[in-house]
Amino acid sequence: MKPYSLWSLVRNGISYDKDWQQAWRSPEPKKHYDVVIIGGGGHGLATAYYLARECGVRNVAVIEKGWLGGGNTGRNTTIVRSNYLLDESAGIYEHAMKLWEGLSQELNYNVMFSQRGLLHLAHSVHDMQEIGRRGNAIHLNGIDSEFLNPQQIKKMLPIINLNCRYPVMGGLLQRRGGTARHDAVAWGYARGADDMGVDIIQNCAVEGFDIQNGEVKGVRTSKGLIGAGKVGCVVAGHSSVLAEMAGFRMPLESVPLQALVSEPVKPVIDCVVMSNGIHVYVSQSDKGELVVGAGSDAYISYSQRGSFDQIEHVVGPLVELFPLFSRLRMLRQWGGIVDVTTDRSPILSKTPVKNLFINCGWGTGGFKCTPGSGHLFAHSIAQGEMHEKAAPFSIDRFNTGALIDEGAAAAVAH
Amino acid sequence: MSHVNRIEGIGRIRRGRAVRFYYDGRQYFGYEGDTLASALLANGVHLTGRSFKYHRPRGIFTAGSEEPNAIVQLESGAYTEPNTRVTQVELYEGLRANSQNCWPSVKYDIGAVNSLLSRFLPAGFYYKTFMWPASMWMTYEHFIRNAAGLGKSPEQKDPDRYEQLHAHCDVLVAGGGPAGLSAALAAAKTGASVIIMDEQSEMGGSLLASDETVDGVTAAQWLKTTLETLGTYDNVTVVPRCTVTGYFDYNYLTAAERVTDHLGIGNGGYSPRQRFWKIRAKRVVIAAGAIERPLLFKDNDRPGVMLANAVRTYIRRYCVLPAKSVCVFTNNDSAYDTAIAVHEAGGAVTVVDTRQSASAVSVKRARDVGITVYHGYAVSNVIGSRAIRRVEIRRLSDDAQSLVGDPVTVNAQVIANGGGWNPVVNLFSQSRGKLRFESGIQAFVPDKAVAINPSVSAGSCAGVYDTAQCLATGAEAGEIAARAAASDPKPSVPMPQLTKALAADAVNGRDFYVVPANTGAAEGLLQKWNDRGYSKHFHDLQNDVTVADIHLAATEGYRSVEHLKRYTTTGMGTDQGKTSNVNALSIMAGIQQTDIPSVGTTTFRPPYTPVTFGAITGQNRGELFLQARKTPMHAWHELNNAVFEDVGDWKRPWYFPRHGETMHQAVDREALATRQSVGMVDASTLGKIDIQGADAAWFLNMVYTNAWLKLPVGHCRYGLMLNEHGMVFDDGVTTRLGENHFHMTTTTGGAARVMAWLEEWLQTEWPEREVYCTSVTEQWAVAAINGPNARALLESLTDEDLSDESFPHMSYKSMKVAGLDARVFRISFTGELSFEINVSARHGLALWEALIDAGKAFDLTVYGTETMHVLRAEKGFIIVGQDTDGTVTPFDLGMSWIVNKNKPDFLGKRSLSRTHTAASGRRQLVGLLTDDPDTVLPEGAHLVEGHVRRVPAVTQGHVTSSYMSPNAKRSIAMGLVTNGLDRLGESLTAQLMDGQMIGVTLVKPDFLSIDKSPETKPEKGQ
Repeated sequence: MKPYSLWSLVRNGISYDKDWQQAWRSPEPKKHYDVVIIGGGGHGLATAYYLARECGVRNVAVIEKGWLGGGNTGRNTTIVRSNYLLDESAGIYEHAMKLWEGLSQELNYNVMFSQRGLLHLAHSVHDMQEIGRRGNAIHLNGIDSEFLNPQQIKKMLPIINLNCRYPVMGGLLQRRGGTARHDAVAWGYARGADDMGVDIIQNCAVEGFDIQNGEVKGVRTSKGLIGAGKVGCVVAGHSSVLAEMAGFRMPLESVPLQALVSEPVKPVIDCVVMSNGIHVYVSQSDKGELVVGAGSDAYISYSQRGSFDQIEHVVGPLVELFPLFSRLRMLRQWGGIVDVTTDRSPILSKTPVKNLFINCGWGTGGFKCTPGSGHLFAHSIAQGEMHEKAAPFSIDRFNTGALIDEGAAAAVAH
Repeated sequence: MSHVNRIEGIGRIRRGRAVRFYYDGRQYFGYEGDTLASALLANGVHLTGRSFKYHRPRGIFTAGSEEPNAIVQLESGAYTEPNTRVTQVELYEGLRANSQNCWPSVKYDIGAVNSLLSRFLPAGFYYKTFMWPASMWMTYEHFIRNAAGLGKSPEQKDPDRYEQLHAHCDVLVAGGGPAGLSAALAAAKTGASVIIMDEQSEMGGSLLASDETVDGVTAAQWLKTTLETLGTYDNVTVVPRCTVTGYFDYNYLTAAERVTDHLGIGNGGYSPRQRFWKIRAKRVVIAAGAIERPLLFKDNDRPGVMLANAVRTYIRRYCVLPAKSVCVFTNNDSAYDTAIAVHEAGGAVTVVDTRQSASAVSVKRARDVGITVYHGYAVSNVIGSRAIRRVEIRRLSDDAQSLVGDPVTVNAQVIANGGGWNPVVNLFSQSRGKLRFESGIQAFVPDKAVAINPSVSAGSCAGVYDTAQCLATGAEAGEIAARAAASDPKPSVPMPQLTKALAADAVNGRDFYVVPANTGAAEGLLQKWNDRGYSKHFHDLQNDVTVADIHLAATEGYRSVEHLKRYTTTGMGTDQGKTSNVNALSIMAGIQQTDIPSVGTTTFRPPYTPVTFGAITGQNRGELFLQARKTPMHAWHELNNAVFEDVGDWKRPWYFPRHGETMHQAVDREALATRQSVGMVDASTLGKIDIQGADAAWFLNMVYTNAWLKLPVGHCRYGLMLNEHGMVFDDGVTTRLGENHFHMTTTTGGAARVMAWLEEWLQTEWPEREVYCTSVTEQWAVAAINGPNARALLESLTDEDLSDESFPHMSYKSMKVAGLDARVFRISFTGELSFEINVSARHGLALWEALIDAGKAFDLTVYGTETMHVLRAEKGFIIVGQDTDGTVTPFDLGMSWIVNKNKPDFLGKRSLSRTHTAASGRRQLVGLLTDDPDTVLPEGAHLVEGHVRRVPAVTQGHVTSSYMSPNAKRSIAMGLVTNGLDRLGESLTAQLMDGQMIGVTLVKPDFLSIDKSPETKPEKGQ
């Protein structure tokens, strides 16, 4: 791989850009791989990358039904944070945060990870109790966390309307939180993995599994049977569909989650602002667009579009919190399918099928854990045993009741 | 007034009405009926802005909503609006607009240095650099962010009003051009209710700039007559200035109407600035027209390069000839109309046609009037930067892959660029309709609609370009839609489509998109198409994406349409790629040596044009953002100085400070007075559900953990509800009013959730059971009186016997209180003797005032939610949602007594037996006493073992409730602690983020040393 640098831009600029390499090859699938990763989103590509990079497993294929990063990787609001309440969650999200810090250099691909700070707002006594509990928990876990009073919030965000319908009573700030460029994460991992010999095969849909004596032996695809020593399934919204092909059921529901962007404007809001109290989160992309997150639909669906009322229910709070955005315009809205568990925590687990591993259930907040998820999943697949940080997230917890109920506990879903 | 480009004629402007406006601080004049674009062009202003990335000078490119270039900062201060397309702004007196994304001025822009460096700034360059040193990224990014963005956000609150409107109709017609108008007319004739909307200031679409004869009369006359006819139908609503922006499932469409924008700041009167329509249409006729597609050539972004139909529109509709000399560059017949229009307007015109020959009527007509036509030529160079000075053209090779021969210079200051048409399939595509690529017109057209979104496309958005055919297809579509709406209101079968065949090859165009830059066919592809130097072939004007960028993306493997789009940012601007998408596909198809449909098409996402956030919000802001719910006694609370707390949607009195009391002082006073004499709280907000039916008792037995079948009529019982995980979900007291009739109470915040939960079980799991749930929260006003004198107070207002024998704890009586019909429940959330008096909501204030009057004899004190919390905490009563969080079982709360293990089933029962849920050592609710009685623990503080501060540290649990208790005369708290119930008496330390370490002892959560009250069981929720 020819590295990217300022120098490479200058040299290629002079030579009419004709010498750039492909970011990744598009090979035909081989007959057999040591590991086949199903799903070419951020989590799947990161898994392949760390398998090759850290686990010495290079005979790896990533197979993708459509185009790389076309699912939730390319549809989220790009927020990265690790300020989770529960220890198990803090374990994986902070693991990811540490990988984010340095990812551009590691991948030699600028994923524009920008630690511009992430502020959760509290609008009620109940919200204050929640951020109080969570802030202290984060602090005990050694993760950065600060309480802000309304005056401090106003200083940080002069454009905020503190005295909105639900007045802002305080906030919880994680300065290391922020955003990253979502597409670049997928492309950067793809390029890095490809460089180490991972075959990335797009437009290759899975049609079934080759399972013998309870052990996975391969994957049947639109490009034929691909043999596999181990299979990692990382397909988010369609995890249940794949599990059904493999003969087991997943405790997941798939629902549409929407987001929108405004027209680009000059910098007006620097940090990421999240309000669970009135249900909106917003940041401004480097291009200048306000990136605004909405809620998920109440109805189960596989169609990548949601109901318009969810858009109304996020634009209202946006304008209430930032009245000066009223004259800006919504440029684009879209939806993705998120796979949600009953405890709103992901599943990183073995399955009833030997050597078939699954990584799913990230619900509305998977992007932020892309490096951590891939890293832990790669190590788990390579070892054949779940990494200790991933172990609490096994499917078994839905039988034992050892839920990691971040949603219930913190009332924070995103 | 120097209208250098204004010409004779009528058009649609009103010459008697001059309008003054300012652009970049300079004063100009236009006429009523002008857009800002036409008025600027009339004044000879072409340069209207700088491009996003390279800061190249840009001008007005179109005459409509597809405009990528000419976007300005409209007005200033609170009224400012960035990124506004000058082509859609109607001129009004005093309008002020400024160019954006340039400094110090649009003429001399420092940012243009990017243009000089452009060969080193290809698509996606930022992914390849700015990585060293890593610590510098935030600094690099600071500059990137400031360089990016377009206009500026307002800095003040929006002073304007907006509103939302819901509408239903049989037929919605999206687009008011010839096809849309004839569709509306045909549908109206059947008696169907019709709404027709068009984004322009007046209906008519292409007819507004047409010299055609329509149905034997002029286009203008036909338009006038048609609109008059439509006006005679009561069942037709005609809405100009209204863009149908979104098409969602089950024919739910959104539209944005610019109601008073065109009147100027502050002139809207009582009307809103914009109105957001939400329409449910039985059938939809899409008549959204077509957008002209530009040909791509070297430096095709110069101010003065315009779409051919835009030039025609400026001439015929606005009487503006954008330049005295015009070069029409085209690959098809339709642009010849522009040539003729220029000629008739007195301009000099040269046609450059990529085709070797053409024989259409319009071509002949152009030749007949003496217009010079170069066949087989293409524009090879544009001379001039901020304006076009002249144009160079060269002959195309036979395969159109290179330019041959010497350049010919054409004197022209405007290039009218016509490369064919793209039907506006956006709405159809949003409706999940499938598109088909029609090679005759080199464009995507609607193919199959999905059954749940029945629409029919007519006119040029269906690929029908001839006006007569637009009228015919429109009329047929209108009639089909109206008949279908009448016969099949909820569509079960796909809608019939037009019988009229698509007029393939209607424009007789050449399959030609890009003029090659160099002659050197022997050079590599990238060099051949190179525009890394100062000269460029742009295909996305707003985002500065060039033909070479697409080649680069292909070289690097970003070949999927979505990768191409995301890597190069093509089509991602505020114009959403209306003039660039198909060109981008064609270039990628050329590179991959395949056809456009094989490359694919991107998803057309709503909205069609950007929609103001304020309009989407409508009136739902401030007080109405989420309308505050207020109890019938609210007015009294306000008069009596209550401080309110938001609990869900409700405004609840938090505390009632007197004479400058602090919150702490007020709560102390309220809490002491209640336990000493009597206190009263407004409990109207409690969720109340009336449950009736033969299976009502069975139902309660399933949703609560304890036994309900044998509860006697007239008695109350406290219950806990669990979710499927066995976790506490809500609580409250439910009373048996009759054999099959119960009155359930829930927490204030949980009322709606509980109601939905009950209904979900009844509707999805137990539909055979006869149970009816009705929310009656707002039907009852509730005053709860607590304290030793509560009975005496109530006795003074009723004749009923309130003795323990007649009216025991946990029972209910119907009686008159202060002459009002009341339901009185003897239940307690404070541990004191307590009565909850329910009256019809309209009598709530009367009851309250009667109690206040009668209470004077007992020193009655009114208290708020904070005191309520203190009083319940003093007794160790929980608040669901505060002391529980969805991870807490009844056992964790030390409430095993409420779980009836003998019942065959109840919701959550199975989960309670799961190994982890049934395990010992879980987080359990205990009381917490600080070592220092004056220290109040912060709620949310975590407890650790030992006294030494450590990070990281293992939490032993957290503080859920914490107060200063005036009755216990010390601070009290409760918390969820690991294995807490087995650790009573142990010490832990609260480790706070600010460094404080506060020692605590675990105790039973009952903090009143002397238990004065007989009513000790927890009785009800918040």
